[in-house]
Amino acid sequence: MAITKDHIREKLIAELGAIHVDVEDTSPNRCATSFKVLVVSPQFEGKPLLQRHRMVNTCLATELKEIHAFEQKTLTPEQWEKQKQQ
Amino acid sequence: MNNMLTSVLRLTARSVRGVSVSQRPARWMCSSSSDEEVLKNLGQMVKKDKVVVFMKGTPAQPMCGFSNAVVQILRMHGVDQYTAYNVLDNQELRQGVKTFSNWPTIPQVFFNGEFVGGCDILLQMHQSGDLVEELDKLGIRSALLDTQTPSN
Repeated sequence: MAITKDHIREKLIAELGAIHVDVEDTSPNRCATSFKVLVVSPQFEGKPLLQRHRMVNTCLATELKEIHAFEQKTLTPEQWEKQKQQ
Repeated sequence: MNNMLTSVLRLTARSVRGVSVSQRPARWMCSSSSDEEVLKNLGQMVKKDKVVVFMKGTPAQPMCGFSNAVVQILRMHGVDQYTAYNVLDNQELRQGVKTFSNWPTIPQVFFNGEFVGGCDILLQMHQSGDLVEELDKLGIRSALLDTQTPSN
């Protein structure tokens, strides 16, 4: 079963309370084997980068077994606002 | 058999500059070794240098863009004394390091035996300036401190 961008987005919203998720299929021919995600969640507040990434990895543990490459960026809503202004 | 082990060992534990390859018998190389043994050996392997990288390929010839990115970031900071293990040479190691650090992807970077993260985290630490500080804690002065020009 191929993993879809929507599936990843919905799972991150449901399980990590993400208020914004960007998912990009970065596989050479969009064959859903590598993804790049931006996750914005208040649950990241006060947590170091490693812990945030671990939260995402845990949330997508099943999917990551099928995904070959995975890039992620994890921001709090505040950081996300700042980044949008830049 | 001995020759084969030695050559596998040489390929797997390759230090970048001047640091000798571990002569310790690598029991986890044997197909009969248990997963537990792999994990136990990893505990030692991650402490082999202040900076230890598990990657695809070697620093001289990375076999994956993410592994290459880690090598390039470290190079930018003048870090060239580190131990790099090529997981493509050893399936048990490739799986074992993921279990060991509870991290699903390669490359993986360790400072003083402690898991730092993969390519994304190292890149973001580089961009935020945290990497300079973390290297300083290891007693490594980042080369960027000496080459930076005022941005304004």
